[in-house]
Amino acid sequence: MNSIGENCNELKSKYDQCFNTWFSEKFLKGDKDDTPCKSLFQTYQKCVQEALTLHQIDIKDLKTNHIDGTEFEKKSAYSDSKNKNDNGTSEKES
Amino acid sequence: MAKYYGDSTIFHYNLEQVLQGFWRRYPNPYSTHVLIEDTVEREVTKDGKLYSKRLLTKTNKLPKWGERFFKAKSVCIIEESLVDLKSKTLTTYTRNIGFNKIMSVIEKVVYRGDVHGNKTIAYRSAWIDSQVFGFASAIRAFGCERFKKNCQKTNIGFNYVLGLLYPMQNQHNSMQQDVAQKFKEAAKQVSEHVKEQIYEASHYNMNQN
Repeated sequence: MNSIGENCNELKSKYDQCFNTWFSEKFLKGDKDDTPCKSLFQTYQKCVQEALTLHQIDIKDLKTNHIDGTEFEKKSAYSDSKNKNDNGTSEKES
Repeated sequence: MAKYYGDSTIFHYNLEQVLQGFWRRYPNPYSTHVLIEDTVEREVTKDGKLYSKRLLTKTNKLPKWGERFFKAKSVCIIEESLVDLKSKTLTTYTRNIGFNKIMSVIEKVVYRGDVHGNKTIAYRSAWIDSQVFGFASAIRAFGCERFKKNCQKTNIGFNYVLGLLYPMQNQHNSMQQDVAQKFKEAAKQVSEHVKEQIYEASHYNMNQN
């Protein structure tokens, strides 16, 4: 798979290869030390970050984390309760 | 109010296989809409989970009416994931960045190995929202339909990659498919045979009458 920066493709493929081996042979077997691919990751990251700036990707948007699920699941729980209050009436435009 | 969509999918591979396949999902013949894939963050958390953030770029095919809202030919997608070996799960959060007011899609998938250890079940939830005055409802409905179709492609594509990585298992799956196919053919033959019999019987009755 291609990287956003054309010049990052080689770095990406080297890192991906390292990561996949580490994931299968170390992480899944309980070894959580992630140093083996760290330097490859850093070089690859430097390249990607430059490409992101070049492609005007909103870094702030990229930085937001959702993995804890709080924001959206809360919002949807709110919508559900709101919907119940509305007694099942159709959606309202904001 | 966001439109909600939920479903679940069974993969006939154990969780370890699904986890390893997850990072190699792209490219596959069913993911031609995925153009770019980059890992932008990765760390092992203090409690031993693997957190990753990937940036994907996908094509953004739209019907004519949608082009007035979306000018972009492609959209950027952020995929966050957490591998937790303790709870034997992989949780992913995927969302589009940019154009969020027009349409935002947030998808959460929890991959969980089944108790027998030979299957993985993916529980998917998605919230599709839009804030375009007067069109939000139509855009949400369109987004939801497109999302459902894309889910099917995603699942087929993931299964394809898993089949390449674990061919023995794939053989087992394709054997199951073969059996199912043969069963279908047999059922079809039987039903045709029955139809013929009914036809002959009715013909016979007509002649008798």
